[in-house]
Amino acid sequence: MGEPPYLYPDYRATVLRAPSQRLVRLPEEWFETSAGPVFGRIPISPSDSDLTRQHAGDPLGERIIVGGQVLDSDGRPVSGAIVEVWQANAAGRYIDPADEHPAPIDPNFTGAGRCLTDEQGRYRFVTIKPGAYPWANHLNAWRPAHIHFSVFGPTIGSRLVTQMYFPGDPLLAMDPILQSVPDQRGREMLVAKFDLDSTVPIWALGYRWDIVVRGRNSVPRGDLG
Amino acid sequence: MSGERQPTPSQTVGPFFGFALPFEHDYDAGEGEQALRIEGRLTDGQGQSVPDGLIEVWSGDQFARCRTDEEGAFRFVISRPQRRPGDGDAPHLDVAVFARGLLRHLVTRMYLPDESASNAQDRVLRSVDENRRSSLIAERDGQILRFDIRLQGEKETVFFAI
Repeated sequence: MGEPPYLYPDYRATVLRAPSQRLVRLPEEWFETSAGPVFGRIPISPSDSDLTRQHAGDPLGERIIVGGQVLDSDGRPVSGAIVEVWQANAAGRYIDPADEHPAPIDPNFTGAGRCLTDEQGRYRFVTIKPGAYPWANHLNAWRPAHIHFSVFGPTIGSRLVTQMYFPGDPLLAMDPILQSVPDQRGREMLVAKFDLDSTVPIWALGYRWDIVVRGRNSVPRGDLG
Repeated sequence: MSGERQPTPSQTVGPFFGFALPFEHDYDAGEGEQALRIEGRLTDGQGQSVPDGLIEVWSGDQFARCRTDEEGAFRFVISRPQRRPGDGDAPHLDVAVFARGLLRHLVTRMYLPDESASNAQDRVLRSVDENRRSSLIAERDGQILRFDIRLQGEKETVFFAI
């Protein structure tokens, strides 16, 4: 399926958190349940999709547009999907108090957004390009610039939390989190494409990133180890 | 099937989602006197707290979310799950676990301690080794239900292939 394993020692935090027992199979209907939960409790307002307009001033950094289509693995657009994003600022610092990286906080940037996909499954965020930042996984470890995504598809089997990366980043090849994805095609799917069509002249660069969530015909059948 | 596409791979939720994913009353989806109060703790292979976890529960049309605290503790208020028509499963919550160090989320289930007759017939519980089944059943603890999630090691929670 191209999913990363739970245990991937190059990413140190997996070592004590990956289950050691074999995963148990669920009935196939679990993956096909059409009447998923009501996610309407998650508050979403139209302004949540523009991360550059959440404070009095403009955030520092390179303004970008990130958009694409949410599809299921059967090829159908997923409309009404909740897409949540969060990211570091242009200096590579999260507003989260747990982030101790000595890079500046931007008073005009929180770095969190939400939107619903439209009838064609499309989403679009305006934000700034996040910076790379160091982490303690190994000596001189740096996370490539990335935006975290959380997607609620139509079924609980289609729940997805992942990260989007930027093309041409030299840190991609040495990032154990991205490299945990076992196949090249899967890794490529996590890298957005620069998109001149969604680039707005004299305003912001566009990136296109399509997301595929599990569809009804995609039930794990192989080795469950 | 033609047109079948490879799903986008998962990546870890990381440690810094706390400013973005929680929302007001996110842990509380319960209504009425039948609402269950659930408390638990998320721990790792050494029994240490996982303070950067996110737990989501689904039941019918209910959804709730709770970030773990410094002690790895989480809580939910949720209406009592019902048996779904045409579904032989005992009443349960679907539970998803996200955390730094989990490259992909984990899925488990929480069954109810006062449904032992239904639990004994449940095909998912029956497919689990008998000596591990108790990890899927909440424990009554006064006014609350206790449901601890152990990612690894002794009394490891049963997780499902997704």
